[in-house]
Amino acid sequence: MRVSLFVTCLADQLWPSAAVGAVGVLRRLGCAVEFDERQTCCGQPAFNTGYRPAARTLARRQIEIIESSAADAIVSPSGSCTAMVHHYDQLFDDSAWRARARGVADRTHELSSFLVNQLGVEDVGASFSGRLTWHDACHGLRDLGIKDEPRRLLRRVTGAELVELPNAEACCGFGGTFSVKYPEISVAILDEKVDAIERAGVDAVVSGDASCLMQIAGRLSRRGSMVRAMHLAEVLASK
Amino acid sequence: MTFERDARTALADGQLRGALRQATTLFGERRRAALSTVPDWEGARDRARAIKDETLEHLDRYLEQFAANAERAGARVHWARDAAEACDLIGAIAERRGARTVVKSKSMATEEIHLNAALARRHIEPVETDLGEYIVQLAGETPSHIVVPAIHKTKAQIAALFADKLGIVPSDDVATLTAAARAALRGSFAEADLGISGVNFAVAETGTILILENEGNARLTTSLPRTHVALMGIEKVIPRFADLDVFLQLLPRSGTGQVLTAYQSLLTGTKRRPEDEGPEELHIVVLDNGRSRMLAAAVTRQSLACIRCGACLNACPVYRQIGGHAYGSVYPGPIGAVLSPQLFGLARSAALPYASSLCGACRDVCPVKIDIPALLLHLRAEVVDSRVGKGRLRERLAFSIYAALMARPRLFEWVMRFARRLRIMPRLGAWTKWRDLRPLAPQSFREQWRTGLRDAGDADA
Repeated sequence: MRVSLFVTCLADQLWPSAAVGAVGVLRRLGCAVEFDERQTCCGQPAFNTGYRPAARTLARRQIEIIESSAADAIVSPSGSCTAMVHHYDQLFDDSAWRARARGVADRTHELSSFLVNQLGVEDVGASFSGRLTWHDACHGLRDLGIKDEPRRLLRRVTGAELVELPNAEACCGFGGTFSVKYPEISVAILDEKVDAIERAGVDAVVSGDASCLMQIAGRLSRRGSMVRAMHLAEVLASK
Repeated sequence: MTFERDARTALADGQLRGALRQATTLFGERRRAALSTVPDWEGARDRARAIKDETLEHLDRYLEQFAANAERAGARVHWARDAAEACDLIGAIAERRGARTVVKSKSMATEEIHLNAALARRHIEPVETDLGEYIVQLAGETPSHIVVPAIHKTKAQIAALFADKLGIVPSDDVATLTAAARAALRGSFAEADLGISGVNFAVAETGTILILENEGNARLTTSLPRTHVALMGIEKVIPRFADLDVFLQLLPRSGTGQVLTAYQSLLTGTKRRPEDEGPEELHIVVLDNGRSRMLAAAVTRQSLACIRCGACLNACPVYRQIGGHAYGSVYPGPIGAVLSPQLFGLARSAALPYASSLCGACRDVCPVKIDIPALLLHLRAEVVDSRVGKGRLRERLAFSIYAALMARPRLFEWVMRFARRLRIMPRLGAWTKWRDLRPLAPQSFREQWRTGLRDAGDADA
């Protein structure tokens, strides 16, 4: 199967090991991976802050980039950016662009959902020694309905023990520009998450979005915690 | 600015946050338990939303039908365009009936129009009879939750308040406190000349109004005084009596986690014969106050489907941290962030649509499936387009630069490489004061792809 990687600007610049991991896992499962270097940002920051024209410009770019790919599927190590692509049709009034947006959304999958639901794989041949817990990133969970997929993948990682957080589904408080517009509220929300992670006695907290990981890791590190924040793709790529 | 300041004050209040955490968690758990007693919760939500959509599509017709049937049963229906008109109408009714003391059952619409202050200006004393509202009134505060007005108060704070205002022996025994409130309120019920209530649902087909409550105070308010005034927003009407079935499944479960509230009062008109119970006069005041503006577009129209259950407040990570007062509106939380700018003006509430991480928990719990995140995004775009709110100029510039950069991949890459080489990080004090900022990776993914990763694929395959 030919897969084109929708890397997302955050993974590209801040968490490349997530994207490298995604490429590694996909190749291990026999996919031919392509990457279109014209990709930048999907436009979500502009859309979520109310800058619709800027979001529309970037959405058109991303739609054209995806349409130009002959790959069987577009796969992203981000539930949030995948959800943005799935929302593209809301940005357009004309039916032609709405149809193109929907066409592109149908082909675009978040990594864990692609592995489990499209490739039908749960054991990706990974091994990782340690206790892990999963943080449900909101857009993957609530916009895309991804809940079991990452857990099923993590349970099949050799040597890893998956424990559940009591508040796994609660927001980490990131919310894009929210995290800098209202930093105190953002951190108050985050602290409930980080408290639970520390109480769980895990070696790493795993999630499917570099944005949540940036938020959680930033606080873990500030609090001097030994718990690592890892992207799902990093865990699945480890051998 | 006010939101930011008030949110910060709330975050520094340990008692408030303790009370909020306990109450919102409890209501969340009770709600989940109550849902399990409905065989098809999703189906019920869909049915309720479909009824609301149909009603809002033909709202004029259903309101006229409701008014005609309510008047046929003996009620008088009044139409109020805004808060001032509603206050004048109700004030005039109270004066005509010679009312000195007015008992009130819980009503967010009366909070919205600031009725208590308007009555006080006419030298009429309004007494809140819902326990939570009573506490808030005694404390000289406003409700901080649409269903649980005193959610921000701890038991110890209420005990101190009652000792101070009611002159009882300080006690933190709930039964003692409730008994003290009841004793004080019984007096007010006995002397009240007028009762004012809200409305949960107004049935067009029969002219009936339905009021849900747990304390019996709404039943007393609407039956004991000679005159009953009910205030309802235009969105409270539903077409048929049978429609109540689905809403009665949804509202108590979503709001307080109850299968049904302790009291459901179905009121159709005034008392028929002198020996009957109930008021001689029933006045129903139908309030617009900015609501009809929301009918214009499908995205905003869904705001009027809200049945004021408060589930979105309990589920919201932001509300759970800061409570209701910081929102600076009678309607706090996610639905408040959506309603307040539409009801009271975008300029006054420009901060509220941004007071959300867009996590979507509100949409998940909403019994009528209002897409609150989509509404927040819609309102954010309106805030940006209408150039209200603070810091817009700098933000606008930042997003122009961002859009220009992201449309040019080569330039984007060059700028990012430059920033990395020189270790230039944006000065994000708002981030770094509480969180470490992850540095840019030594090598971006695209660089790694170009320098080996792309070709490594051929070797693996």
